[in-house]
Amino acid sequence: MKYKTIHTAEPFTAHPGKAIRMSDFSQALGFLFLGACAAFALFFLGSILYFVIVRGAPAISWEFLTSAPRKAMTQGGVAPAIVGTFSLTLGAIAFAFPLGLACAIYLTEYSPKTILVNIIRLSIANLAGIPSIVFGLFGFAIFVKVFGFGVSMLSGSLTLGIMALPGIISASQEAILAVPQSYKEASLALGATHWQTIARVVLPSSLPGILTGVILNVGRVAGETAAIMFTAATFYTRGYPDSIFSEVMALPYHIYALMTEGTHPESQTLIAYGSSLILLTLVLVVSSLAIILRQRQRRVYGL
Amino acid sequence: MRHFRETIYKWIFSVLAFASLLFLTGIILTLFVESYPFFVRHDISESIFGLYWYPTYDPPEFGMLTLITASFVVTLGAMVVCIPIGVGTALFLQELASASQRAVLKPLIEILAGIPSIIFGFFGMIVVAPFLQRLLGIPTGLNAFTASLVLGIMATPTVASLAEDAVSFVPRSFREASLALGANRWQTLTRVVVPAAGSGISTAIILGIGRAVGETMVVLMVAGGAAVIPHSIFDPVRPMTATIAAEMGEAVMGSGHYGALFAIGLILFFITLAINIVAEIISRRFRLKLGLGR
Repeated sequence: MKYKTIHTAEPFTAHPGKAIRMSDFSQALGFLFLGACAAFALFFLGSILYFVIVRGAPAISWEFLTSAPRKAMTQGGVAPAIVGTFSLTLGAIAFAFPLGLACAIYLTEYSPKTILVNIIRLSIANLAGIPSIVFGLFGFAIFVKVFGFGVSMLSGSLTLGIMALPGIISASQEAILAVPQSYKEASLALGATHWQTIARVVLPSSLPGILTGVILNVGRVAGETAAIMFTAATFYTRGYPDSIFSEVMALPYHIYALMTEGTHPESQTLIAYGSSLILLTLVLVVSSLAIILRQRQRRVYGL
Repeated sequence: MRHFRETIYKWIFSVLAFASLLFLTGIILTLFVESYPFFVRHDISESIFGLYWYPTYDPPEFGMLTLITASFVVTLGAMVVCIPIGVGTALFLQELASASQRAVLKPLIEILAGIPSIIFGFFGMIVVAPFLQRLLGIPTGLNAFTASLVLGIMATPTVASLAEDAVSFVPRSFREASLALGANRWQTLTRVVVPAAGSGISTAIILGIGRAVGETMVVLMVAGGAAVIPHSIFDPVRPMTATIAAEMGEAVMGSGHYGALFAIGLILFFITLAINIVAEIISRRFRLKLGLGR
């Protein structure tokens, strides 16, 4: 025999000559745990999508999307709720977007380094952390009662708008700060004033980023329930809202009401599944769009 | 003239910038003003530490300790679920996922963070609660345990996403130094990367707690709604947020009940304010430590 067979008493490891080390074992165990965590998170979240899609899909039909509820919520569609959610969201953004943008411009472009500005920053951070039900209380006490708007689209939109404000401010700030300093310097060097630079250089080049941030917040506003429970939403309206002072149906509140009120749990559950599917689709489409757009922009700016 | 216009614009923006401060002050004032009549008529410590919440009895009782305990128990339970899974997912993404896996998973988790809470509440009520009821043979699936589980899963994407950011800020040289000393990847991760990102991860967890404390729809639909001190985690409970949401519609304006609900709102507000301040302090320290600046 030309070649000798090599026998080793030790098992084959990445470090020949040594037995399996404790540290390799704990590494394998640790990595297994991390993988299990990620798998569990995705499993649970995936199963939500699965249940809502599989059980909601049979409820969806043209009639479901375009007609009003009939026979004590057991039949018919959810069109007024879809319209309500759209109008509440649009109203909220129409209120919060100009305000949030103005605030972001001030903080990034004008703000002197004073205590006052720090207080503004702090209040934005704290506003962002307030539970939505507290915004609901505020909206109820101020817009519904003190201002006398009643339970209405206007009260709901304003409440949702205030809730969305911190998100819109920080997204706009991030977008404005991403504009290269050289753009501004070039503009100022050409003799443009500060405001001209902001209006014609900074804002146009940060607009895609700002809009992405706004879209991301649209998804959050559209799915919000607690803030509109006692400021805007109602279980049932005869038709579509006819003014900003009318109560509206909204998809999230409709799902809640279907599950907790009414006398026909069976047929109401199916409608709730259908409404959940519509809401989930709306929110996920909007937020995926925003996230994909944002990743593309970050790549452009090399972030 | 030109200078004048510049000044005008500056003033317009500075006035609008105060909107957030105005709203925050407005919220605090509203909560105080609306709950003031309640605090005048009822002893503060008696309400906060009272055990009986019977707002519609005659005379009504407004003991909030049951509600505060419920919020505390459910939030704690949610953290037991969400800290290992959220941080574990973040470390998985950072350490084990290939570049292509990360490119898919990271945005996916962010998208999942956007699922509305009503969907979680609905799913918890109609799928998780009956499932656990059958599996564990308990009288009702709508209890503190189910609420904690659903709430924990709901907060997971937020925590995972923020913790992943924190871990990714740890300078590459830290890892390289550890690996060069002969530590394996797991040792490097647990003894160098995680401690270095520690305060960033803590911030993620604290913000997750904030989200769980303030969440309304999930606990309203899944926690069961009984305003008693729970004896086990399988008892139904009624957290603060759920109490406000469930009772605001029936409380008569200006009544003790109405004031009591605003008082709960005020307590909630201060809890979340404290959470935010702690998160802010820790995150500032984290940024200083890794030299990230503002």
